[in-house]
Amino acid sequence: MRIILKPIVNSLNFIRTPRDLWRAWRGNIQLWANLFVIGWAVVFMLWQGAGFAVTVGTVFAIWAMLAVSLNLVVGFTGLLSVGHIGFFGIGAYSMAVLSSNPEYEQLRTEALTTFAWPFFAALPVCVLLSGVVALAVGVVFNRFRDDIYVLVSFGFAIIAFNVFLNARSLTRGAFGIHEIARPQIGGWTLNGELQFLLFVLAILAVVMLIAWIIVTSSFGRVLTAIREDEDAIEVFGYQATQYKLAIWVISAMIAGLAGGLFASWTSFIDPFSFILLESILLVSIVILGGLATIWGSLLGAMAFVLLEEGMRFLPFLPAEYIGQARQVVLGILLVLLMLFRPQGLVGKYKL
Amino acid sequence: MSIHTTIEGEHAPDDFALETREISKHFGAVKAVDELSIYIPRRGMTSIVGPNGSGKSTLINLLSGTLPLDGGMVIVDGLGLHLVKAHETPDHGITRTFQEVRLFDQISVMDNVMVVLTDRRVFPALFERAKQSHRAKAQSILESVGLWDKRDSLAMELSYGQRKLLEIGRAMALDVQIYLFDEPFAGLFPQMLERIKGILKQVRDDGRTVLFISHNMDIVRELSDHLIVLDSGRLLVEGEVDEVLAREEVIHAYLGT
Repeated sequence: MRIILKPIVNSLNFIRTPRDLWRAWRGNIQLWANLFVIGWAVVFMLWQGAGFAVTVGTVFAIWAMLAVSLNLVVGFTGLLSVGHIGFFGIGAYSMAVLSSNPEYEQLRTEALTTFAWPFFAALPVCVLLSGVVALAVGVVFNRFRDDIYVLVSFGFAIIAFNVFLNARSLTRGAFGIHEIARPQIGGWTLNGELQFLLFVLAILAVVMLIAWIIVTSSFGRVLTAIREDEDAIEVFGYQATQYKLAIWVISAMIAGLAGGLFASWTSFIDPFSFILLESILLVSIVILGGLATIWGSLLGAMAFVLLEEGMRFLPFLPAEYIGQARQVVLGILLVLLMLFRPQGLVGKYKL
Repeated sequence: MSIHTTIEGEHAPDDFALETREISKHFGAVKAVDELSIYIPRRGMTSIVGPNGSGKSTLINLLSGTLPLDGGMVIVDGLGLHLVKAHETPDHGITRTFQEVRLFDQISVMDNVMVVLTDRRVFPALFERAKQSHRAKAQSILESVGLWDKRDSLAMELSYGQRKLLEIGRAMALDVQIYLFDEPFAGLFPQMLERIKGILKQVRDDGRTVLFISHNMDIVRELSDHLIVLDSGRLLVEGEVDEVLAREEVIHAYLGT
């Protein structure tokens, strides 16, 4: 918010005419990026009506949560992980396996393990399981840096996907899992889309608060120093591996939380929601919004979701090409960004 | 073999801030540092000179744990270390600067100093906000190196001389006994040179031990008490500055006159 408000407040002092206003604001790319994306969102909502906005809003909130979690790792710590969708998947599958309805018709050949836990019992497991897996993976990943890190995180995403696809007694493989529980507070189930949106937004706010506390603490400052020069920060008494492991686990836990919410929201998941491509899209969102800024991740997620959903309504584009077209557009956007604005829309760090 | 050995030596531990026993570092077939044993007196200014490739920077990298030892032992505070871990050097009272200035480029000048002042432990650091005492200390450091006006700019936006100053300031923010400066005077305008000389003298006058590498013999003569001359990873001579510089082999090997 400060990005938007500060230039406005600052410019109030000397602005007398619209021309002054233009002069003061025209150079501020961050401000324009913010106004553009938010304006776009408002127009979109007015155009498509409330029901659609609620759906888009939920998708946005889940992507935003993921983007914030990945930004902690990529933007603040400089570990370019392209495997984060694996933790999202772990969260989603934990929720699905633990909370799916056992009475739902199962394939005769393969009985699915079910527990029928309520949502709020399963959610902490999503978070903790992602964290535990991240801890194990992170210990190994800590041995790598830079380009090799990208490759091994690639490997993680592929392994995770294959586990989801092939551990059929647990995940039912490509058939997916149905009837995943919705959150229940007392006797009240959040079945409505709007209720769920509000619930997810509330959790997004908590996630942002946690991320804000992390990045503004001494810990966060050390993370940025690790990003800039890991060997140099060691000389000053910090064990970089511990910090990297800590933020990696925290970030994975947030991704797991997002996964649990996603599974509950769609109420059906299959392994194809957690393919490598989704992970790349997630990295694109983080870079699009801007590295090393929490607000930027929100902005990136918003722009991405609007791009994705907005393209459905392009009159000249046949429906079957939309899925591919969004990737083309996002790809082009990413190339343009790297050429002209490597720190993303509102970023504070250049890759 | 244990990593830490207590040393009962021929010298009282108080004589030397730092001592090496036959330390070696090899890069393939190249012996960058070859069974080198040196003594660095406490509370003085020691300089290391030697031609390019004589192992000066490698020596500092070994002392600060930036490179692992291939053999030998570093003795600091009566503790013999076969393995110097970079993150433990501040506990041993050592910090350093780098030959190629290594700042945290894309964070602010203020944060570059603040980052070395905060809690080392992961979990307390998570809940530690910028403390007033840290800010005050960072301010005094930045004022002493004349960069307080630049506190909000990114470190990468500074000029070369300012970057050197900031790096020295960042090292000084750490309250330790031994400062290793790797070529603090290289490539600087005379005015800036004077300034850095002043800072080094100040550190020495505070009772700290300063070790620096330099190619500038005038500065070495002016500043240091103790001189170590290296050649091809081996010790050529060490001792009092005037004595060493008067010796024939030094004149031949290094000064080339």
